[in-house]
Amino acid sequence: MAKARVTKRSPIRVLIAKPGLDGHDRGAKVVARALRDAGMEVIYAGLRQTPEEIVRAALEEDVDLIGLSILSGAHMALFPRILALLKEEGGHPIPVFAGGIIPDEDARRLKKAGIRAIFGPGTSLEEIVATAQSLVRRPA
Amino acid sequence: MTGAASRLPAAARAIVDGDRRVLARTITAVENGDPSADRVVRSLYARSGHAPVVGITGPLGVGKSSLVNALVGRLRSLGQTVGVVGVDPSSPFTGGSVLGDRIRLERRADDVGVFFRSMASRGAAGGVAAATREVSRLLDAAGFDVVLVETVGSGQVDVAIRDIASTSIVVVVPHLGDEVQTLKAGLFEIADVFCVNKVDLPGAELAKRDLAELVTLGGKEGDWAPPIVGTSTVDPTVGIDDLWNGVLAHEKYLDSSGERARGERKRLSAEIVGLARDHVGRVLMERLERDPGLRRLLDDVVARRIDPRTAADRLVSRGRRAG
Repeated sequence: MAKARVTKRSPIRVLIAKPGLDGHDRGAKVVARALRDAGMEVIYAGLRQTPEEIVRAALEEDVDLIGLSILSGAHMALFPRILALLKEEGGHPIPVFAGGIIPDEDARRLKKAGIRAIFGPGTSLEEIVATAQSLVRRPA
Repeated sequence: MTGAASRLPAAARAIVDGDRRVLARTITAVENGDPSADRVVRSLYARSGHAPVVGITGPLGVGKSSLVNALVGRLRSLGQTVGVVGVDPSSPFTGGSVLGDRIRLERRADDVGVFFRSMASRGAAGGVAAATREVSRLLDAAGFDVVLVETVGSGQVDVAIRDIASTSIVVVVPHLGDEVQTLKAGLFEIADVFCVNKVDLPGAELAKRDLAELVTLGGKEGDWAPPIVGTSTVDPTVGIDDLWNGVLAHEKYLDSSGERARGERKRLSAEIVGLARDHVGRVLMERLERDPGLRRLLDDVVARRIDPRTAADRLVSRGRRAG
């Protein structure tokens, strides 16, 4: 019976999380809202998430995309750990983008390590939304 | 059951064996109406019906997510495993949503005794998503001891959780309104357990008293009288035991009174009829979409040569003939 069910294009599911200890999530909320307004289902995991919690949430929520926001400077420790945990899960790894205060040199290294896009302060929301959409390649 | 087990589709087998990734993906497929989930959902039905499905509902901001977190903590300390579905609204404008029920969840990242899934309502009315029933059934079949379903912050008539949960907790806070509010039809009618959250705020005793009056107003001898439990967000241990004991008492009542069997028959009957109606509607729509007559009919209605009701009658009879 469900075979006949007409499938509308299913919304992109994205996890927005803040790894580490900084307590400022306005940027993450602004991005969450912009992605919501672009029709995505945004799972907002909130502040002070460990890499393990983030990967666990991504798995249970079966997200298409993960967005990390960080201001504390601990990105070189936390991001690679998250990427490694995602890799351990096997299968096709979920694409990860990031935003926050990340020096250019670190950004280059993180991109090499597998973070697909990094947005600094002043990036337009249009650019973030367009990049998020392009990172999720799926048959429409 | 053992004979049937070997015939389970691979994905269903994986879910029963505790593969959380397959469970997560199957939930997505169910939400999306993806036909790949069809066999899995069908084959796992026989394995559901073991876990109490506890609905947590109430207006927005009363502390449902915090209560769910406190209940999860309590259940884990009792050695029970918990599957949670947290529903939040989809935008009627863009279809997007921000799902924030997870924020309150505190648990060890390596605790496999909890599975939490956020769900957007995707246009369904009533406080839950269309797929919530089947998803809570999947969690039940996956072997979780208890399934918790947190609804959208509800309005007075958002009572669809009643059709999914075996026990519904209605959460309120002090100063939501006078005692006449509790008499109104809808939300207050579906409570199996009342929870007055933020009981540390002034007015909590009055809120409890109003509910107590409501509970004693109606009902026949032997009917279930919902217990009224006070809980606190300042100290999340306050009342949580009482709240869970209230749920267990109601579950026990369902069995001893025969209400569980009666309620199940009623709900399943509505579910089957609903699915059949959807099926017929889909078949009709598919035929009509291929039917060039629809456009001519529409032209006639726009020009007021025929009325919409007559047009609908003709569509249905055309749909039948096309079959």
